[in-house]
Amino acid sequence: MEWNFKNGIPIYTQIIDEMTMRIASGQYPPGGKLPSVRDLALEAGVNPNTMQRALAELERRELVHSERTSGRFVTEEEEILNTLHEVLAKRYFEEFADKLHKIGMSGEDIAEAVKRWLEDIR
Amino acid sequence: MARIEIENLTKEFGTLTALDNVVLELEKGQIVGLLGPNGSGKTTLIKIMNGLLTPTAGTVSINGINPGIETKKIVAYLPDRNSLPEYMTTGQLIELYQDFFDDFNIVKAETMISELGIDMTQQMKRMSKGTKEKLQLCLVMAREAEVYLLDEPIGGVDPATRDYILRTIISNYNEDAVVIISTHLISDIESVLDDVIFLKEGKVVLHKKAEDIREETGESVDQLFREVFRC
Repeated sequence: MEWNFKNGIPIYTQIIDEMTMRIASGQYPPGGKLPSVRDLALEAGVNPNTMQRALAELERRELVHSERTSGRFVTEEEEILNTLHEVLAKRYFEEFADKLHKIGMSGEDIAEAVKRWLEDIR
Repeated sequence: MARIEIENLTKEFGTLTALDNVVLELEKGQIVGLLGPNGSGKTTLIKIMNGLLTPTAGTVSINGINPGIETKKIVAYLPDRNSLPEYMTTGQLIELYQDFFDDFNIVKAETMISELGIDMTQQMKRMSKGTKEKLQLCLVMAREAEVYLLDEPIGGVDPATRDYILRTIISNYNEDAVVIISTHLISDIESVLDDVIFLKEGKVVLHKKAEDIREETGESVDQLFREVFRC
């Protein structure tokens, strides 16, 4: 995927979001090795120090861990990955519900619409 | 290794004050943007750091040494206009750099030159303006220097080459080197910068981490620049 950065938001937080999404979606699978800081910085077109800072934060959140000589790896802990999915799903759902509330839909309207929509695509 | 200290630096040209009591400290491992409108003193500052101009007052030190022959061994400088002999071909210029600079990495130079499709046998004077700029940048970036002073490296080239240049700067990144890039094309380079310096009428009006600017103001460096320098 292309990296697109929004104005006025620290780049490292945007990198954290993108990398988190890549881990959650399996683009970087559990236990998989991440590209090097330099390669990721090149791919994203950002300062290597900024990429490093974002990866350090992902480590702190235990989504990745580093092995001294061989690089950084995505966690294999199911509990952490499950929590990640829940957190992301909640965030997306809140955004989605927020927009629908703005156009005047109630919680019930939304539930009904989601149900109908799921039936339609089935 | 590299550390640059600038103390109370002033440069006057007759009655014009080009730099007015500039104080800066730059650490290794940083990519620094020297940003300011035309005539703000960017080129003067870079020329002093490179020993091409002498200060009216104040000092510059690079690893504790004033700019001169010794610092030129560790400083790779891209001037704001062509300074190379135009009758030479690409190949001859590579040899020239090889002769002049111990830290010149010829493999790196040849790789960049071929990736950018520059003809090894063409004389510089027959090249387009953009190609000349690309060639000069390849020669400068092929040095394994401790300080890179790049005066407007992206001004005259197309957007695809601009991306290539930025990628070159990122892949060349070395935690022992300082890269200083002067430009007014901020939105193109701001994602690669650690530190940002705003120069206005010869004075440093801001020196901050680019990420701190985004965090504190909710604006991009480019947006903040447009506010500070609104005409």
